[in-house]
Parts: sequence; C-alpha cells; structure tokens
Amino acid sequence: MTAVLDTGPGAPAERVALVDLLDRLLSGGVVITGDLVISIAEIDLVHVSLRALVTAVRDGLDPEEEQ
Amino acid sequence: MTGTAVYLYGVARGLDPDALGGAEGVAGTTVRGVVAGGLTALVSTVRLEDYGEAALRANLEDLAWLEATARAHHEVVDRAAHAAPTAPVRIATLYRDDARVAEVLTEEGARFGAVFDRITGRSEWGVKAYARAVPTTAAPTTAGPEPGHDPGGGLVSRAEPLTGTHAPTPAGAAGVGTAYLRRRQDERRRRAEAERRVAERAAAVHAELADHAVAARHHPAQDPRLSGRPDPQILNVSYLLDDEQAPGFEAVVRALAERMTDVEVEVTGPWPPYSFIDTGETTPPPGPRDAPR
Repeated sequence: MTAVLDTGPGAPAERVALVDLLDRLLSGGVVITGDLVISIAEIDLVHVSLRALVTAVRDGLDPEEEQ
Repeated sequence: MTGTAVYLYGVARGLDPDALGGAEGVAGTTVRGVVAGGLTALVSTVRLEDYGEAALRANLEDLAWLEATARAHHEVVDRAAHAAPTAPVRIATLYRDDARVAEVLTEEGARFGAVFDRITGRSEWGVKAYARAVPTTAAPTTAGPEPGHDPGGGLVSRAEPLTGTHAPTPAGAAGVGTAYLRRRQDERRRRAEAERRVAERAAAVHAELADHAVAARHHPAQDPRLSGRPDPQILNVSYLLDDEQAPGFEAVVRALAERMTDVEVEVTGPWPPYSFIDTGETTPPPGPRDAPR
C-alpha cells in the first residue's frame, strides 16, 4: 500500500486533483444568501457539476474506452 | 448584461492584509479584503456577464469554466488559510458591492464566530482508500452468456467447455443448465462476499483514523473515470485535525498502509476546512455499508 502525503503550505508540489476540489467546493463552505443570485442557493450545485462532469467525461474519452 | 458584482471567497479572522499580496481571484481579478466587525472578507469584483444568474447557471455546467473558477476560489481561500483562520464560503456567492459584504460580515458575525471556534488551529485532511484488485480464481465477473453459448440452453451439450468452472459439468442437457445456474449463483455469492469484505476494510480504516481526528465527513466515492483510478474506491472521507494531530495522523496512515496490503490509501492536505463548516453535516462513524456506492 502506498500513502501519498502532499504537504507543504503554500507550495503544492502538484495541482490538487479537480475531483478532490469539487468534492469540497460544491458541498462545503459557508452558505450565505447573496444579493444577485438569490436562487443560486437553491440550485443543487452538486447535481449541476455532475452534469458538467458527465458531459466532459463523455466528450473527453475516446470512443473505444467508453465501451 | 453590464455591470459588476462582488465575489466572496471566504472570511478570515485576524488576517494580515499583506498576506493577500495581490492574489489573483476568479477570472483574473485582484483579491482584496473588506474589513468589518473584526473579520476580513476576501472578495474581488467580477463582471455580471460572467456571474449574473443566467450566466452562472450556464457556466457552472461548463467543466472548463467550473474548473477555472474552482481552482481560483481555492487558491484564494488556501492562501488566506495559511495566514489566519479562514472560513471558506460556498462557491459563487455574490454581492452588489463592498458595503453589502461589510453588512453581511456584521449580520452574520455570530455565525462566523461559531465557525471560527470550530476551525481555528485545525485543518482538513482527505483520505481516499482503494481496494487493490485481488487476483481471483473465478471467471470474469460479468456472467452473461458467453458468445457461442446456445441461448436456448441444452441443445449444445458440452460443446463449449466454458472457462472458469469449478464444479465438473455433469453430463446431459439438464446438467449444463443446472451447472450454469449454480455457477452464476456462486459468482453472485462471491461478489457479495467480496463487497462485504471491502466494506469492512473501509469501516476499519475509517474507525482507526476517526480516533485521531476531531471530526469526519464522508464524501461520495469518486467516479473512476474522474479519479483516473481503476481500482474501486472504498473510502472518501475528510477528517478535521488539530494542527498538532497531523503528524500522528500521518503515522497512523503509514502504519495502516503497511498492515493492509489489499488497500491503497491516499492522503491529501492540509485543506482549508471546507467540509467542516456546518456542524450538522458532520457524519457519525459509518456503518460498514456507508462508504462504497
């Protein structure tokens, strides 16, 4: 087994993985009602992003991988 | 649409304004601090044509846009979090102007106070565990009829010596059908058994790590196409650690790693405490079926 520890404040050796980031950004953080996009709070961000991801995955894979 | 709005990344307590040092925010904007009630809001001015409601709805479904925004949001929050306790705000929270942001800081002061009590001196660490593919003695797990296998059943007696059989195929047409059913049944049992073992592994890993953390929160298992990992992900959890717990946590992960040869563990962090803002959302230790999906 491997344990990958990626520490180093302010100096990430590599970019964080987008999946890991979205796990946190789309379902975490303080939820406060904004001014302009009041209904954004009601948009289920997780579902929105899943649609984006699914589309991207579908478009990004080569057809044979998709089988 | 013309005009601008103020994008809010997060709120810090006791942040030295120099720590921002002209950080770049979403869409190449410059980040600044809005101070009120002893708190500093991290904001930048964005264009409504990108961040108005209709634009946002469309943009959030564009993965390239979402990625750029998420990375920029994270950069800002992460930079502040290294300098002072910082509460991330949910992505795409927008205000009319700085005055409104200041108002919100004052109005929500008590709530932010509670958040800071929870996160100060702590960071989030991510742990993902994968089940290593175990070489099986069995046939491929998809148990559909093999090509060439007579769908009518029974007519082609033993014509195809099907691979991976354990029980010797009894002679005769009925025997083939029975053996096939039994094989499928065995396979289903084996698979259920394997899933149960994996869930137990996940629960064991989590239980041990949770002992060394202040709180834990489960995320859904990541899609293999997005994680780029073919092995099944059996655990995807964020742990909230006191800063002084981090080295011990790391040691526990390493020890686990050595012990469990059939599990691969990945640790990421420290993260700003994204997953530990709402105390209500923190999950209790999971049952064995909690992790995999």
